[in-house]
Amino acid sequence: MKKGHGPRSSSSPSPCAACKFLKRRCTPDCIFAPYFHSNDTQKFANVHKIFGASNVAKLLSEVPPQLREDTANSLAYEAEARVRDPVHGCVGDISLLQWKMLHLQHDLDNARVRLARYTNPHPFPSSSSSSASVPVFYDYNDIDVMAQLGSAQLASESIEDIR
Amino acid sequence: MASSSSYNSPCAACKFLRRKCMPSCIFAPYFPPEEPQKFANVHKIFGASNVTKLLNEILPHQREDAVNSLAYEAEARMKDPVYGCVGAISFLQRQVHRLQNELDAANADLIRYACNDMQTALPPMPPPCPRPSELGRRGNGGGSLHQSSVLPASYPPPWGNNPPVGFSTLLYWFPGRDY
Repeated sequence: MKKGHGPRSSSSPSPCAACKFLKRRCTPDCIFAPYFHSNDTQKFANVHKIFGASNVAKLLSEVPPQLREDTANSLAYEAEARVRDPVHGCVGDISLLQWKMLHLQHDLDNARVRLARYTNPHPFPSSSSSSASVPVFYDYNDIDVMAQLGSAQLASESIEDIR
Repeated sequence: MASSSSYNSPCAACKFLRRKCMPSCIFAPYFPPEEPQKFANVHKIFGASNVTKLLNEILPHQREDAVNSLAYEAEARMKDPVYGCVGAISFLQRQVHRLQNELDAANADLIRYACNDMQTALPPMPPPCPRPSELGRRGNGGGSLHQSSVLPASYPPPWGNNPPVGFSTLLYWFPGRDY
């Protein structure tokens, strides 16, 4: 009796990048498969090198499924930064951005002082709109504040936007 | 960076891992026993063996910065399991972009006002308008821009004009944190 040629197996046609890397069978419930596609092997290689597969699996399983893609992408971003700069990782990016931001704020304050001489020649403080547009200075040294502010933004956007 | 791997108490890593803290313990200089949470976070996110591998791949004088940045990332990831410190990066990038736009707009306004001033103060053929780069300089030799009023000179930022190099600068911005 000829064997039927039904569907070959219940697993995906090709293993995900993680299972390829780990040289194991990619099952339908593989936690990595939706986020580490077979055509992007470097992404999982970085994440594996820095975090380890079991840590990543644990981290993914601890967040709701609808947030796992962002989690995987943020881990990949951090891992890539750490591979590129083993000493500072993406913390070096934070430091540089803080420096840039303070520098820009300083330049902006200078420019506004000069502008005030044109728009408000009297020495007394005015209630012009320029003061209302001064940005609120968050405490960028506080991980909690920055994490909350950043998460609120990223929740509605993709991690890819920040690349 | 006192070593705690001699006859003193074991370092935070060896305490956590429940092993003898040897004199050659790679964690001991950076994970003092008084800060158990630091290693606990790093262990949870990165794993002890990955951290060991990372530290072995860099020069000894860079290891303190590496450990501190790993601890920072781990803490951020513990507080925000989805985005970690990438959330902060995203926020800062947007702030930089916003500030750059505001600065460009302010400089454009300055040029406009400066040109108007010159056109009213001078004879019919005004000189070229100053470039935005000239507006921020202190004590610029030309002076024609400032003849009718004394504008406050721009002052250099206290942190200098060079971008930060290395994690020690990040520690400057995080004075309260002693890793």
